[in-house]
Amino acid sequence: MADTQSKELKVREKQEVASPAEQTTPGLVFTPAVDIFETEKDITLLADMPGVRADDLTIDLRDNTLTLSANIAPVGDANEENLFREYETGRYYRQFSLSELINQEKIDAKLNDGVLRLTLPKIEKATPKKIVVKAG
Amino acid sequence: MIYRRFFNVPTWRIRSPWEELQRMRQQLEQIFDEAPGQRASAGVFPLINLTEDKDCYYLRAELPGVNAEELDIQATANNVAISGERKIAAEAENARYHRREREAGSFSRMIGLPGDINSDKVDAKLENGILTIVVPKAEAAKPKQITIKS
Repeated sequence: MADTQSKELKVREKQEVASPAEQTTPGLVFTPAVDIFETEKDITLLADMPGVRADDLTIDLRDNTLTLSANIAPVGDANEENLFREYETGRYYRQFSLSELINQEKIDAKLNDGVLRLTLPKIEKATPKKIVVKAG
Repeated sequence: MIYRRFFNVPTWRIRSPWEELQRMRQQLEQIFDEAPGQRASAGVFPLINLTEDKDCYYLRAELPGVNAEELDIQATANNVAISGERKIAAEAENARYHRREREAGSFSRMIGLPGDINSDKVDAKLENGILTIVVPKAEAAKPKQITIKS
């Protein structure tokens, strides 16, 4: 985006999940920031999940509900002492409901530098077809 | 006798109630100051967690989607400067957005470390969107083990 090139990034506090469900494991849970966009063929979701490795990420799609959840790898050594902490770390959790039918077999997920890129291809039926109106 | 009793009144106990409150406040402040994991954000991107061990300081920041080439890290006497840019590639032109929460832009931040550092041996790595900078302490700033001679 050409217009955002010179923009200064502002601090944004990580959003803690209000209450997804009762948690069974202790620790904080955050909502990842996402971009979602749609083209004729698919829906793409980009999520910022720093500290997440591919093995720790679970993507679940059932009954039109997409669930992202991820654990994070522990950082640092146990004998490190905190001098100051400006951000907290914890798991990530977010759910979306999809209105389109998704071709489950062709879902593609990539995790790069802490950013998840999830491509959800729409089922053929849902892709718009141009309807030619014949002149009678 | 009466005279003695009169002057034995422990006057030092009769203090103004404000003084008492003041003392309580100081004690509370002490408790909170000592609490580990205190948060005092500088309000500058990126947010940083700073830890230390005997030999090094560890600076960590969450920078998802930032390439190592777009980061510039400089160390001086006891400061570390981090600057860079987060780019979000433009998507296909016909993409229609439902949500747009991720932001792109430039950032720069200076972090003052509590002690002198060895600025030649600063090491930085970017892994899964987390930047870790390992800053070795200067020899003079490291704690020395003192052996007691018998």
